[in-house]
Amino acid sequence: MYDSDKVREIAKRRKEWESGSYRPVCEKVPERCERFENLSWTEISPLYTAEDVAGFNYLKDSGFPGEYPYLRGVHPTMYRGKTWTMRQFAGFGTAEETNRRYKYLLEHGETGLSVAFDYPTLYGYDTDHPLARGEFGKCGVAISSLKDMELLFKDIPVGKITTSMTINGPAPIVWAFYIANADNQGIPRTRIGGTIQNDVLKEYIAQKSFIFPPEPSMRLTVDTFEFGARELPRWNTISISGYHIREAGSTAVQELAFTLADGFEYVKAAMARGLNIDDFAPRLSFFFNAHNDFFEEIAKYRAARRIWARGMKELGAKKERSMLMRFHTQTAGVSLTAQQPEINLVRVALQAMAAVLGGTQSLHTNSMDEALALPSEKAVRLALRTQQIIEEETGAASTADPLGGSYYVEWLTDRMEEEANRYFDRIEQFGGVVPAIERGFFQREIAEASYRFQQEVESGKRTIVGVNKYKLDEEVEIPLLKMDEKGEEIQLERLKRLRADRDNDKLMRALSALRKAAEGDENTMPYILDCVHAYATLGETCGVLREVFGEYREPSIF
Amino acid sequence: MERKIRVLVAKPGLDGHDRGAKVVARALRDSGMEVIYTGLHQTAEMIVNSALQEDVDVVGLSLLSGAHMTLFRDVTDLLKEKGMDDVLVVGGGIIPEEDVTPLKEAGIRGVFGPGTPLEDIIEFIKGNVKG
Repeated sequence: MYDSDKVREIAKRRKEWESGSYRPVCEKVPERCERFENLSWTEISPLYTAEDVAGFNYLKDSGFPGEYPYLRGVHPTMYRGKTWTMRQFAGFGTAEETNRRYKYLLEHGETGLSVAFDYPTLYGYDTDHPLARGEFGKCGVAISSLKDMELLFKDIPVGKITTSMTINGPAPIVWAFYIANADNQGIPRTRIGGTIQNDVLKEYIAQKSFIFPPEPSMRLTVDTFEFGARELPRWNTISISGYHIREAGSTAVQELAFTLADGFEYVKAAMARGLNIDDFAPRLSFFFNAHNDFFEEIAKYRAARRIWARGMKELGAKKERSMLMRFHTQTAGVSLTAQQPEINLVRVALQAMAAVLGGTQSLHTNSMDEALALPSEKAVRLALRTQQIIEEETGAASTADPLGGSYYVEWLTDRMEEEANRYFDRIEQFGGVVPAIERGFFQREIAEASYRFQQEVESGKRTIVGVNKYKLDEEVEIPLLKMDEKGEEIQLERLKRLRADRDNDKLMRALSALRKAAEGDENTMPYILDCVHAYATLGETCGVLREVFGEYREPSIF
Repeated sequence: MERKIRVLVAKPGLDGHDRGAKVVARALRDSGMEVIYTGLHQTAEMIVNSALQEDVDVVGLSLLSGAHMTLFRDVTDLLKEKGMDDVLVVGGGIIPEEDVTPLKEAGIRGVFGPGTPLEDIIEFIKGNVKG
């Protein structure tokens, strides 16, 4: 991008600046620390100039918004046309309670829905399963059947609004609940849009709500790719997620590398099934964290887009849409403090700004009270307002990739891409993502990073405002969410009635047809939909798959 | 030689958030304790059986799903039932202030919320473990 004579001149002058201006000041007033590092322990220089990005070829490495390699964003107009979708992850208690929360959020300007399920649902158990004890509705809504899904979306136009669902092991079944609910309302499948997380690889790596072993899990994932490409062209059949990898304690570089490695693994698995890359790849989407180091996060999103575009081209993608990475972002839950919770509003605002400057397609902003409990109405409204301020007041949405061309950001983007490539080589040495999971590679890398970070917090090397510096000795006074105490009873009663009222012969036929499909190699989705339409519960449907596929047990590494 | 303090770090229930449990397990080990980590998805029976078999002095429970009021108490109830109430039980996670007293009354003697320095947990265990 820069004339080489000019770069040499800049390099020469930079040396003079160092000895003439910079060093003398450092000697007089020493810098605040000996080594400045970001959250991946990458050393940060006092200054970046054209010299640091001398090899940068604008047309090849950057290009234009909406064009390969998508460094500057996935749409030609970026937020000038349509801003990101404001999509708050929400769910608690019964379907009815969560339905009320969704309507509240939509009334206050939210533009997409995002469902948080409770733990039993995440593991494919009904509310009345013994292992569901104590967990009903606690960190998400309990959805045990199509009946619950109908109540969850009561009076919400599922043909118009898009819905994201954080569900992985039982993703095909919960997706089938959503599809069946639309079917019953007469909405064509081609019209419903949304996302299922459906990213099982990161479950083994980080989030840990896995059910089946990797091989059948990958088969189910590819089943959804194939089915989605055929019947639901507006549905993102996967959201390949770095969020949970980061929350488990990884660095930004690890989040980037492990997520993209997972992404390429899914593509290879689908191609191995014989699917055409350009048929399914346009519906792959991603999900990243927005953590505290502002510039590192922005560089991470930019690098992710370029790595994906280059990698997909190498794998044979021809369509533009197969190469462009669309992603959702959530601010870092792990960065929230229980101490002085109001200051989380500020953290979240800065993290959200990084996501917007990084070109996210949708965004969840955490609520200030989430290190204490699920968010209250007021807290979630403030979180949503934070996005609205960024959109409407700051001017950040007026031009594409506002930080493109910053010496620092371009240098860091390149550097993160290089480091991700080094991780790809290491994963390759294990023989791919699945063997690396089975050998505990990702888990160990994350555990190391998370322990190292925690030790630095303990020693005071890293500051967490309100926790190890600027502490206050006052009681936290913040109203927390109270759930309907009768919720579990209502849900158990509903399940009992459902099991009694449905056509159990039809149900048994559907379940045994699913078993046969799962034992063979047919696509399971149509069979799952039949079960769901016959009001099979989540636990019953997932139970069939558990019996056929077995369950995964992880090696415990700390 | 003095016997090392033996700790079982356990994840009851379906919660998969294990960053805290792993960091605490390592910090306790680095402070000289012997640490056994159960891994995820443990029932109260599994935890109490491990505590018995491993002959531990301390059980550390970690839960971020909000189910602590049920699942922590299941563990202390079962420990009492098996006559193991001399085992020191501590717990941590996303625990609202108002739950701390009832948990302590149920026998979870140390309750540690987000942002607790590791040193506080280590000191608490050393100061409260039997004998």
